[in-house]
Amino acid sequence: MARSSQRKWVTGYLIAVAAIFIIYQFLFPWEGLPIGIYDFLQLWLPPTAVNESLVYVICALGLNIVVGYAGLLDLGYVAFWAIGGYCAGWFMSEFFYQINLHFFGSVARTAPGIHVNFWGVLLIGGLVCAFFGILIGGPTLRLKSDYLAIVTLGFGEIIPQVFFNGDDIAGFNLSNGTKGITILDPIPVGAKNIGPFDFGYKFIIFVLLAALMVFISLRLRKGKLGRAWLAIREDELAASMMGVPLMQTKLSAYAVGAFAGGLGGVAFATHVDGVYAERFNFSISIFLLAMVVLGGMGNVWGVIIGALLLSWINSTGLPAFGTTFNDKFGTSINFPSFTFLLFGLVLILMMLYKREGLIPESRLRLILHEGDAEEDLTSKESK
Amino acid sequence: MALSTNNVLLASNISVQFGGLLAVNDVTFGIPEKSVVSLIGPNGAGKTTFFNVITGLYKPSSGTVNYDGTDTTDLPPHKIAALGMARTFQNIRLFGLMTAEENLLVAMHSHLKSGILATIVGTPSQRKEEKESLDRAREILDFVGIGKWAGEYARNLSYGDQRRLEVARALALNPKVLLLDEPTAGMNPQESQVFIDFVYKVRAERDVAILLIEHDMKVVMSVSERVTVLDQGEKIAEGTPDEIRSNQRVIEAYLGKAKGGK
Ligand SMILES: Nc1ncnc2c1ncn2[C@@H]1O[C@H](COP(=O)(O)OP(=O)(O)OP(=O)(O)O)[C@@H](O)[C@H]1O
Ligand SMILES: [Mg+2]
Repeated sequence: MARSSQRKWVTGYLIAVAAIFIIYQFLFPWEGLPIGIYDFLQLWLPPTAVNESLVYVICALGLNIVVGYAGLLDLGYVAFWAIGGYCAGWFMSEFFYQINLHFFGSVARTAPGIHVNFWGVLLIGGLVCAFFGILIGGPTLRLKSDYLAIVTLGFGEIIPQVFFNGDDIAGFNLSNGTKGITILDPIPVGAKNIGPFDFGYKFIIFVLLAALMVFISLRLRKGKLGRAWLAIREDELAASMMGVPLMQTKLSAYAVGAFAGGLGGVAFATHVDGVYAERFNFSISIFLLAMVVLGGMGNVWGVIIGALLLSWINSTGLPAFGTTFNDKFGTSINFPSFTFLLFGLVLILMMLYKREGLIPESRLRLILHEGDAEEDLTSKESK
Repeated sequence: MALSTNNVLLASNISVQFGGLLAVNDVTFGIPEKSVVSLIGPNGAGKTTFFNVITGLYKPSSGTVNYDGTDTTDLPPHKIAALGMARTFQNIRLFGLMTAEENLLVAMHSHLKSGILATIVGTPSQRKEEKESLDRAREILDFVGIGKWAGEYARNLSYGDQRRLEVARALALNPKVLLLDEPTAGMNPQESQVFIDFVYKVRAERDVAILLIEHDMKVVMSVSERVTVLDQGEKIAEGTPDEIRSNQRVIEAYLGKAKGGK
């Protein structure tokens, strides 16, 4: 299917990336920029929102492997995001000041704490999350999907709570509790260090991480493992009768999905320059699920759009619209408080009218619009 | 009547209990290497249940299954499949939203060696393996006569072609034993005849033993070397097609009843 459409997507995203990079790296800091344009950008497309949305993209791509490819429900994905975040907190700050361990870190050798190179921490965060994915998957993946959903939900609640209350685990301070872990090491790129306010370069780094997840998704989808995931989604029993080991295959979906959550978690920690337990709440799991559903389960390009769109509405679109609206009409409606109402509506409407998502994987469109005579994607009409 | 000694599969004293129902009752059944044997019996006789036991989907209440020298009674289905036991389903169970060739590639899963990293990176050996399996998948699709539908979603194929695709998928497992559960169900006489020829072709060209569950007596009698009859979970007769045709108990239990139906 569609090499050329693939290329179109890549080209489109590359152009968008270049445009945004130029805006933030050159236009935004430029003194000559008319104040009106500056304010407009700051209101409707602030750099923090753009980078945050990329974190959502990375995680949504991971969840897409679990939900979209393998057809397993996961309502606790935020747990991986949190674990990834704390990996960054532990290994890239002065938090463990008792220890002095440097591994290609980006701060002076005299600094206390553990300072592992950002790129190494990404790998650690990903692998630790993959490990936890397998750990919770092991006992739970035997459950039927409804029960699996409940268990993952519980996991997504428990992990952040552990961090929230983890400042005194038998005398050991694991997470600094509600105070969180602040000030992370900058990201080393060659001889340069990318600090928390280096939006442009961090943007590029996040884009690269998202691109890595796209690449991994597409490669795996085309290979042995991806086929096994889809086969399980299609007919679990038949798949096992054809020699596909169910547990192992589902676990691998969990592990790869969780790996992405780890990457996203580490990226998010550098984005906010800290790790705060209260930020890892249930709504993130639901947002991510909504992104996968809205974009079109199983289609990476659609999932990216879904993630960018919903993340932007949540962080920027709705508040900015609210501000503008209130200014114009002299009202004082609290628009951001309608986020959940809006997302709930979007999800319900999608499920009612466009279950395959905005940009569905072509094969999903087939089942969901069975009988509709509209644009049928079958390559040949016959029979 | 004695089972031949070179059985590729031997199920001994199999019983399956569903609550109060004894669906299979102490059945011993062997499949000689490279043979075509059939399992017949009226509806609800326990034929499919017996299939489900030897493919590992159900664990028998008692009895053992030995496949090619391995005791497979307690192995999970995917391991049994990987050993070379392939089946089709009475109600077609294809991966509907995967292409015909992808359906076959799924069945090759247990033969493919590339790991996650090799797949992501696309190592030369992974690419080679993918290409070879794709070639094999196309070859098998040609063999069963649906090569032109290689890139089509399984669900878009006609009923007969879906049945063929199920057989092709089973063959992709490179099986030593092929279990076909009512492969001609829903076919007209011409299509059934095509299927008979197809079974001969598989026999001639592939190194595989076939166990057939079938209601169509014409098919059964023309392809089987041996026929086993189940009735209410019990094996009531076993022999050559001619022996079965003239067996009084079979006529009573099976053919007699069948006259009323179709
Ligand atoms: N999973 C199950 N749970 C309970 N009872 C079952 C189960 N599977 C089959 N049975 C029962 O076991 C008996 C044998 O069923 P089976 O499907 O093996 O028959 P069959 O010989 O394949 O019949 P048919 O020719 O109609 O396909 C039937 O009475 C059926 O209702
Ligand atoms: Mg049956």
